[in-house]
Amino acid sequence: MADALLDVRHLSTRFTTREGVVRAVDDVSWDVKEGETVALVGESGCGKSVSALSIMRLVAQPAGQIVGGQAVFKGRDLLTLDEEAMRRVRGREIAMIFQEPMTSLNPVLSIGRQLTEGLEIHLGKTPQQARGRAAELLGMVGIPDPERRLPQYPHQFSGGMRQRMMIAMALSCEPSLILADEPTTALDVTIQAQILELMKDLSRRLGVAMLMITHNLGVVARYADRVNVMYAGRIIEQGTARELYGNPRHPYTLGLLRSVPRLDEPRRSRLAPIDGQPPDLTRLPAGCAFLPRCAFRVDRCSVERPPLVPVAHTGPEPHVSACWEAERVIARQETR
Amino acid sequence: MATVETFADVPEASAAARWRTFVVDFCRQRPLGAIGAAVVLLNLVVAALANVISPYDPLATDYGAMLAAPSRAHWLGTDAFGRDVLTRILYGSRTAMLVGFSCAFIGATLGAVIGVTSAYFGGKVDLLIQRVMDIFLSFPLIILALAVVAMLGTGLENVIAAITVPMIPRAALVARSSALAIREMPYVDAARAAGFRHGRIILRHMSPNVMAPYLIMLTAFLGQAILLEASLSFLGLGVSEPTPAWGLMLRGAAVQFAESAPWMAIFPGLAISLAVFAFNLFGDSLRDALDPRLRTQ
Repeated sequence: MADALLDVRHLSTRFTTREGVVRAVDDVSWDVKEGETVALVGESGCGKSVSALSIMRLVAQPAGQIVGGQAVFKGRDLLTLDEEAMRRVRGREIAMIFQEPMTSLNPVLSIGRQLTEGLEIHLGKTPQQARGRAAELLGMVGIPDPERRLPQYPHQFSGGMRQRMMIAMALSCEPSLILADEPTTALDVTIQAQILELMKDLSRRLGVAMLMITHNLGVVARYADRVNVMYAGRIIEQGTARELYGNPRHPYTLGLLRSVPRLDEPRRSRLAPIDGQPPDLTRLPAGCAFLPRCAFRVDRCSVERPPLVPVAHTGPEPHVSACWEAERVIARQETR
Repeated sequence: MATVETFADVPEASAAARWRTFVVDFCRQRPLGAIGAAVVLLNLVVAALANVISPYDPLATDYGAMLAAPSRAHWLGTDAFGRDVLTRILYGSRTAMLVGFSCAFIGATLGAVIGVTSAYFGGKVDLLIQRVMDIFLSFPLIILALAVVAMLGTGLENVIAAITVPMIPRAALVARSSALAIREMPYVDAARAAGFRHGRIILRHMSPNVMAPYLIMLTAFLGQAILLEASLSFLGLGVSEPTPAWGLMLRGAAVQFAESAPWMAIFPGLAISLAVFAFNLFGDSLRDALDPRLRTQ
């Protein structure tokens, strides 16, 4: 793991609410290597976004607190940097793309202004230089006639164009890592594909590493190199995208895969949803958090929480799963 | 790379044309507001050109024409020192506009910045700022202004300070409530994630979004400030003689000769009423025009 660009180790973030302490992110470890795309997958409220915000140190305080762990980025632990040093990392070295392109752009600032601001602040460019670069960036993300677009305002852009603009903003200071928090969830399916292709293309061309936060397994399959599956604030399975799809070793991952429609299934076959609800994060059980929804449960599951352990894998990359019955999961997958 | 989405290519109106349509619409839909705006404009022109259009010197006394009734020579009469009332009203608009605009501008701006800051940081900072503002708000405008004058003394700058201070918490309150909604918008978090400083986010990213309530406060404060300046001057705590000021013209000899020379009090009083009324009409209409919630009528 020495070559990891960002190495998150044992990250824990908690929120203190009236109902109790929410362990939104609980002892989570993952890493992103230079130039690679890593996915963080899970359903709503499983701690995906909070993980990203914790790394940027933007968790809403005082309710939210990062209570432990490290996030080593280029040899420095982001969680212990002083605020000023952290500010220079944000936008400059780690950029973020948000879910809602409609509301993530400031309605009263022109497109050009929003693109040039970071360039002037982080890279010390003059307004003229920044303007030229802004037009270049807009062209790069596929917005036609960028010079004419710069003085316009976000309301004159469509949803897809705004997300392109967000990507241009994220790329503006040439960061080495982009955290994309559900970048396409708010878009039409056809636009989603365009945006994802664009992100993949640009990250490859510019060598930017990407953390793709999503609940869409289709996105993961096509665009991620490695995948971390989160459930109830913890990582429950980790491996390469190919490995996870062909060889899921956690009942939750299996459930997720089976609830997605597939083109190679017979037309009449029904989707298999995962029954039940995710657990209340203030009252996590002693055993496995997925237990009530699990088809593979055994007595041990309610007593002891399964640790994240390596399982048999086909490729060279390690594959880990947090399930006592990991071997049975694979068997079920094959007999399906 | 494929280029996409080619709608949104509607030709846009230039800034000047958009302004023109806004002004035309404003006049057509809100004639009262337009009248208010016209009077405000007139006031400003008079204030600027007072030395050109006035028939006399505002400070020149004429003991041959003391307490003269309105006539050809003195359209609005003269006061106890023989000074032309019309001239002094025209010059008085300078004081009124100066005090009105500087107080409203400083008060609304400082208040807005404090309000947005308070909303941005939230938590303990917000609590502390809001309690301090509450303390100021618990005093009526005029009482607080009186207290400030009592501390600083009279004089134009001190009057401006005295009127500005009570306006700040009122502006802060309004700006904060608008900014609280802005604070929750993802673009504020996005600005944080882009590595901008707090000050920049407050001033460049959040403040422009509270422009509509800011402008409304500004116009509302203008009328209030003019009235307050007149009140303070009338109480002898504002600008002092011989500076021409409307409130000042209502006191002293004007009271003494109220029955024999009523023009000394009536015309400055009318000037105050007209100015405040015009500012309020304009302010109200502007609020209606700018507030999208009221636009559905």
